[in-house]
Amino acid sequence: MLATTVHAAPPTEEVNTTGLAVTDDTVTVGILHSVTGTMAISETGSVQAEKLAIEQINASGGVLGRQIKYVQEDGASDWPTFAEKSRKLLRQDKVAAVFGCWTSASRKAVLPVFEQYNGMLYYPTFYEGLEESPNVIYTGQEATQQIIAGIDWAVNEKGAESFYLLGSDYIWPRTSNKIARKHIDKLGLKVSGEEYYPLGHTQFNSVINKIKLKKPDVIFAIVVGGSNVAFYKQLQAAGIDPTKEKPLVLTISVTEDEIRGIGGENVEGIYASMKYFQSLDNENNKAFVKAFKEKYGDDMVIGDVTQAAYLGPWLWKAAVEKAGSFDIDKIREVSPGIEFTEAPEGYVRIHENHHLWSKGRIGLAQADGQYKLVHETDDLMEPDPFPEGYQ
Amino acid sequence: MFDGYTTSELMSIFAMQGFAGLSLFSVFVLMALGLAIIFGQMGVINMAHGEFMILGAYTTYITSSLFQSYLPGWFGGYFFVAMILAFLICAALGMLIEWLMIRHLYHRPLDTLLATWGLSLIMQQAYRSIFGAREVGVELPEWMMGAIQVTDLVELPINGLLVMIIALSIAVALYFLMYRSGYGKKVRAVVQNRPMAEAVGINSSAIDRMTFALGCGIAGVAGSAFTMIGSTGPSSGQAYIVDTFLVVVFGGAQSLIGTIVSAFSISQAQSTMEFFLSGSMAKVLTLLVVVGILMLRPEGLMALKVRR
Repeated sequence: MLATTVHAAPPTEEVNTTGLAVTDDTVTVGILHSVTGTMAISETGSVQAEKLAIEQINASGGVLGRQIKYVQEDGASDWPTFAEKSRKLLRQDKVAAVFGCWTSASRKAVLPVFEQYNGMLYYPTFYEGLEESPNVIYTGQEATQQIIAGIDWAVNEKGAESFYLLGSDYIWPRTSNKIARKHIDKLGLKVSGEEYYPLGHTQFNSVINKIKLKKPDVIFAIVVGGSNVAFYKQLQAAGIDPTKEKPLVLTISVTEDEIRGIGGENVEGIYASMKYFQSLDNENNKAFVKAFKEKYGDDMVIGDVTQAAYLGPWLWKAAVEKAGSFDIDKIREVSPGIEFTEAPEGYVRIHENHHLWSKGRIGLAQADGQYKLVHETDDLMEPDPFPEGYQ
Repeated sequence: MFDGYTTSELMSIFAMQGFAGLSLFSVFVLMALGLAIIFGQMGVINMAHGEFMILGAYTTYITSSLFQSYLPGWFGGYFFVAMILAFLICAALGMLIEWLMIRHLYHRPLDTLLATWGLSLIMQQAYRSIFGAREVGVELPEWMMGAIQVTDLVELPINGLLVMIIALSIAVALYFLMYRSGYGKKVRAVVQNRPMAEAVGINSSAIDRMTFALGCGIAGVAGSAFTMIGSTGPSSGQAYIVDTFLVVVFGGAQSLIGTIVSAFSISQAQSTMEFFLSGSMAKVLTLLVVVGILMLRPEGLMALKVRR
């Protein structure tokens, strides 16, 4: 894990001047995810990763000589509940940091609370961008990091010239496709269609027919949830076999977690643009996957967001130690530039805009439900939550 | 609208969209027939209809895993076994539910709505506890995936064809059951005039139980068929329930023929519009048209004429 220099525990009144829940030998943080309701499926992995990170940090000596305790609250897939619980964590429990949220809706709901009571949220999901808060560290990718990496790869490596954009009908797919379209235009290439279907939609025959007529080089798919199952099964049934790569299917919404529901045989051959895959071959990741499976069972799969959630506690610990204090203002001040060299995804660094510099990667889905890494960007990609022309 | 397509491409468009419309039609028919029987014939608003479908889907999932482990050689044919099991299990549960709950609520249709809604929540939570919150992938035999190549552009998905065949068989079987059998005669008699039917010696509570079980059984078969095209998770049933009621109400609650006509018009409208507009827009327009027609004809497309 982190190359730990063991810090002699400094006195509490020095490291905590704002009345946070810090004692001489413990510090309390919050975990705020949905463990009930419709989002529980997705958020369970994040909770597991955050608890694992906290356990490992404690085993390696804690933060500023203090063991981390956590208070876990359930957002129950309900945005007002998220706001209420975050208020409770910040005001009543006085937690030093909160790891949590998944949907943009839940993040937007807690944002005013974090700004009012000056808390610090580590948010793990890849998302549409267009946000930058002094009270949030975004450990997932914002939209441009996934999309630009994905499209550039398809153009440079696969010679793609035309794209069909497809998504579920809400803000993330729409914003993402807007960025995709902009980038495709800039490269002088062609968007042959763009289409959205309601959440939970299960009939994709019409759009598949259109795709067959327009013959795009790439189907850029941002379908979420149960619709994915229908979409990929119908794609297969309509004679579009992704392994033939004509057209090539590129997604930013199907992680290893989703594949468990879709079935590996239905997505074999599709490509995903993410920053993390469970199969990444490096020492950090091997240790992470091993620890995760030891704690939660061999049949666990780890998706992109689970890894991003794991980064949260480590980045917070690094910031606290750099600041020599638990005070939120000091953490905010030192956060830009904080590095985490032992991240499972390789190496990450916090940007001035509170997002992470990280690599863009392309994975090829295998029948066993894992992605095989086929490409990664040479350099870390700069996060750009407010790309020009999208506001 | 048609620019950019050659004549032969346009022909293919219509062929493929026609097929897409037909397969959407069979999906609607499968979803709605079970509900139409229960709602139309018994006046029970069954909000748990979607959950019965998912029970059929989970039955298919379990059957497929069992075949994989114990009878891998027969895997290609497991689907038919699964469908029969789905029907039997859902019908049996339906019978039990009718006896436990529904029969106490006849003549109180709004209470059946609440009670079956509660039932649907209980069933969802049961699925979550048994199968986990994640969606499960039902593995299909190889031969059911692919497509039949008709021309260069026109390909007919095999699973779409299968859903069509299943829908057609059920519709035909139901027709004979309802209009050509003694049981059907009794059901229709009970629907049209319960006291009179009882007076001539028809055991109306037995008829009710059979009919409810039949409706649930058909939901199970539908769910089993939908594993070919959709997802199976604890709350997937919710995705179907709105469309299902839409089809039944639009068709005219007490008419099975109406259900089929309504499924046909809605699916064709939606699939045609989907091609020229975006998916979400097509759905909105379909809803608006249905609402408009229902305002003019509140009893639905085909109402049963009953002397009251």
